[in-house]
Amino acid sequence: MSQRNQIKKSKPAQNPAEATQASVATTSSVDLKANLDELLDEIDEVLESNAEDFVKSYIQKGGQ
Amino acid sequence: MVVPKICGIETEYGIVHTGVECPDHALAASLLINAYIATAIRSGNEGPVPGVSWDFEDEMPGNDVRGVCVAHSMAPRVEPHLVNSVLTNGSRYYVDHAHPELSTPECSNALDVVLYDKAAEQIMIRSMAAAADILAPHEELIVYKNNSDGKGHSYGCHENYLMSRNTPFSDIVVHATAHLVTRQIFTGSGKVGVEASGLSAADVPFQITQRADFFEEEVGLETTLRRPIINTRDEPHADMRAYRRLHVITGDANMSEVATFLKVGSTAIVLAMVEDEVLPKQHRFAAPVQAMRQVSYDLSLTKPLEMFDGTTATALEIQWDFLDQARKYANTHGLENVGGEVVTTHVIDRWEQVLTLLETNPTSLADQLDWVAKLRLLQGLADRHGLSLDDSRLRALDIQYHDLRPNKSVAARAGLQTLVSPRSAQAAIANPPRDTRAYFRGECLRRWADNIVSANWDSLVFDLGEGRVRRVPLYEPTKGTAALVEGLLQECESASELLQRLANIG
Repeated sequence: MSQRNQIKKSKPAQNPAEATQASVATTSSVDLKANLDELLDEIDEVLESNAEDFVKSYIQKGGQ
Repeated sequence: MVVPKICGIETEYGIVHTGVECPDHALAASLLINAYIATAIRSGNEGPVPGVSWDFEDEMPGNDVRGVCVAHSMAPRVEPHLVNSVLTNGSRYYVDHAHPELSTPECSNALDVVLYDKAAEQIMIRSMAAAADILAPHEELIVYKNNSDGKGHSYGCHENYLMSRNTPFSDIVVHATAHLVTRQIFTGSGKVGVEASGLSAADVPFQITQRADFFEEEVGLETTLRRPIINTRDEPHADMRAYRRLHVITGDANMSEVATFLKVGSTAIVLAMVEDEVLPKQHRFAAPVQAMRQVSYDLSLTKPLEMFDGTTATALEIQWDFLDQARKYANTHGLENVGGEVVTTHVIDRWEQVLTLLETNPTSLADQLDWVAKLRLLQGLADRHGLSLDDSRLRALDIQYHDLRPNKSVAARAGLQTLVSPRSAQAAIANPPRDTRAYFRGECLRRWADNIVSANWDSLVFDLGEGRVRRVPLYEPTKGTAALVEGLLQECESASELLQRLANIG
């Protein structure tokens, strides 16, 4: 555990670009939330209409 | 000593044939591939090559790295009677165990693997369209890029890494096991419910991976029964004295490009560090098989795993250690043989970003990791419609996340970040990577398909109409590159001239 904390502390100083990347991801996660409703509308549209039959009939042979 | 981490992915896809009474999966897979090949030949596209089939001469999937064949162990069957074709991008498109399967060409780095994996998805999409032209109007072939039907049947997405034969296999086993078990926190594609015996969806409503339920052994030769975390198939498809091929069978097929990139990139570095003997600490689990499932079932990512020495560690802690070692390794050894500085520095940075967010704000990874993206959609759908955990619509969404039809795919709508452009994926359908032996295979097939009777990973067999065939061995995966043979191939007017010149070179 202590080793991990040490790694995390040392990183931002070593790699300022990383902090920028992380904050970009955080921003996009706000967008993700805002888009969820829109996305769910779309999913409601494309989702197989008879979910129960669809799930039952999705059978595969075992592979590797 | 590290050898170049040439790598690739082989994906078995799920297939559904709608509109027929008793669908036959092997037949459906054959139909799919034959339709693609026939259409591509008709349209003059450069993708597949007519008449060139796979050569099984050197296939030895029963060889065990431990040197003995365990009596009750079940080696995979070679199925030469089923459809098998080689494409000009150097990949192999075939029927395996009643699934359509596509093996990417050999790649030098994780980003190229993502590129050829995306090209493979495009090939599947084109194959479905080609099949639609042949089938009756009420029939359809549908391809899913997942690893389980939710009813106990699993099919794989395997990775392959070139390794030095000098590295003791026991070293690979201990470190690769630690990585394969703990990398699941970013490689998982997510699954509703559980398929391990003795558990129900009430115990595990959702888990991180598709595959963890199907592993029952620590080390072994099987790939279809009693699957092992470390597969011992000893079939390097290269110079057997110099190389091994580590055949990794634990991974999920990813829709997310970031997940594929990290899966392959992080594993390549870990294996390079094993070869260079720089890993100071062995993370040995008390019970690896249970650890594999424990990681997959723990959405909090905080439950400690029991270690062999009586201590505990979480998957995140072990991943932080691998990442820390990878940073040091990059500084001390360089990344020339591990995908190159540019790509693999990107791997390491992204790996760190993902581990940080998994620890602090996992839901923010919904645009990078499949299991997070899928879980967010499942929760959103359940909230919106007040669905109970066992509602079929949630299972349907799980399956349809992996549907490759553009008008039905949920993953395609999930806002996942991309690493390769659609245009470059399009080009990769026809063109091989330039920096592995796949270049020679693909370019020869493009130019002289009429003179090639068969191909496989480590040879091409030519027939020049002189009464005997001639095999060109390709035992060195790092040769046959554009840098080495592009000029030669451009100068040769015919396959006959190529073979003549190769003979002169010796």
